[in-house]
Amino acid sequence: MTVLVLVETDAGGVAEVSLETLTVARGIGGVDALVVGGIAEDVVTRLGEYGAGRVVQALGEPFSSYAPAAWAAAVVAAVDDHDVVMAAGTPRGNEVMAHVACRLGTAMAANVVTVDAGAPLRVSRQVLGGAALEEMELTGRAVLTVAGHACEPAPADEPGAASVVPLEPEVAEADLRARVVRTEAGEPDQSGSLKSARVVVGAGRGAGGADGFKELLELADHVGGTIGVSRVVTSLGWRPHHEQVGQTGSRISPDLYIPCGISGAIQHWAGCSGAKTILAVNTDPDAPMVTKAHYAVIGDLHQVVPAVNEEIRRRRA
Amino acid sequence: MADVLVCVKRVVDTGGEVTLTEDGSRVDDRSLGHTVSPHEECAVELAVQVAKATDGEATVLTLGSEDAVAQLRDALAVGCTRAVHIEADADGYGPADVAAAIADVVRTHEAAGTTYDLVLLGNDAADTGDFQVGIRLAYELDRPVVTGIATVSVEGDRVVASGDGPEGTDTYELPLPAVVTVMEGGVEPRYPSIPGRMRAKRVQVETVVDERVPVGSGRVRLKLPPVQPSQVQLLGEGPEAAPAVVDLLEKLGVLR
Repeated sequence: MTVLVLVETDAGGVAEVSLETLTVARGIGGVDALVVGGIAEDVVTRLGEYGAGRVVQALGEPFSSYAPAAWAAAVVAAVDDHDVVMAAGTPRGNEVMAHVACRLGTAMAANVVTVDAGAPLRVSRQVLGGAALEEMELTGRAVLTVAGHACEPAPADEPGAASVVPLEPEVAEADLRARVVRTEAGEPDQSGSLKSARVVVGAGRGAGGADGFKELLELADHVGGTIGVSRVVTSLGWRPHHEQVGQTGSRISPDLYIPCGISGAIQHWAGCSGAKTILAVNTDPDAPMVTKAHYAVIGDLHQVVPAVNEEIRRRRA
Repeated sequence: MADVLVCVKRVVDTGGEVTLTEDGSRVDDRSLGHTVSPHEECAVELAVQVAKATDGEATVLTLGSEDAVAQLRDALAVGCTRAVHIEADADGYGPADVAAAIADVVRTHEAAGTTYDLVLLGNDAADTGDFQVGIRLAYELDRPVVTGIATVSVEGDRVVASGDGPEGTDTYELPLPAVVTVMEGGVEPRYPSIPGRMRAKRVQVETVVDERVPVGSGRVRLKLPPVQPSQVQLLGEGPEAAPAVVDLLEKLGVLR
């Protein structure tokens, strides 16, 4: 079988989630990559390391700003005998692949975690924010997106040729009706830093109010981290929405997550399960966040966190 | 004037854990409440705001069993003025089926004189997470569509829509009629008032029976992820645990 992977890039080159997607794709068969817009030499090299035979590069004015239908037109133009078309389960990956599925007249599976190659293709994908998995069969040409952290990204044993194939697909006027007309850069402190933070200090209902964050912010400062909160905290207006972690907020993958006063409902777990190490602070030893954590302190965050801050200051003195 | 259609889905209100029916075909919801996703609560709020700002009407639509009328009433209580219930077995429908059924209603209403200039949906359903119904609906109706939007406003014959992009806030301007899917975060959904609840009870819900043979979702079965036995290492109780916590932070090398 052969797979076409829509690759996303960021400031660091090929996006980590796209490397994960390429890793999953290699388990199905031979892989070609598609990148929309100009790409640096090191991106081509990296795609080769991850097994890409061809690197199709979609070029032209329609791609000067993001237009989901135009991207989908590029994907469809790049598909030849590929059995599977896939992207990372990012907002854009899911959006473009849904367009692609409509254009190819086929089903789509979002947020896939495992794929059994064969006909029909059988996948297992995250539903209910990751609380359950759905086994699904895709007949015909399969379109899917790969959930973040579905696997550890790993280079191919045998690198691909990564031969660059320029493509100037025809894009209909109608495909440019929905197009980004302007982008306002986010404030440096917005959710971008939360998604890439090495340490996140989390707070839930247990924070008690908008004025209950002073010690948590101090702890975040000590560990060079940022604040992430559960949905109840933003719903109550205690903290801004861009700090929300969960199914309808940011999905984080820090080295250390310190959820304080967060019970760990599945909607929150969906956003923080990518953390390498979790240290929970909670009054309830049976809270899901505590039982799923690596380390836990049983107690009120309003007593535990100040004591931790004091201990850090004491050791520094 | 802009008439807005907002589509919502009745989903189980899950807390800490999910159980499945014995055959694994669906979530066992016997002991659970039902709701719509936070994205859809925001979509309803935006629909009401746009309708008000343009002297149009906000119509709420859902596809599902008779019980889903409760979710229509919730949206009527916060400012939608009309409601459509597509009666169908939502579990047997895939995203293409749902989109086709909604498109049929849009076309029927259009033939009767109501054009929905703007159709709003949630970005993804809280349960199935397909990320597709809005886009498939747009293809059915040949309308432009954008997803993941936090705020919308109708300006003349265009809708201005903004949402989080990879490098900041992306703004789109789409010609009407258009389809937009909404993500939580741009507006605060209002709470229903008592008069709102009373008004909602009196609204006549239009029922449409959808009798298509669905393509289906491709679902074989649901499974629960393997339960990892708890590996948690307790560092202590209360403030006395502080030295153990700081030891751990030092070991992990995160202290500045």
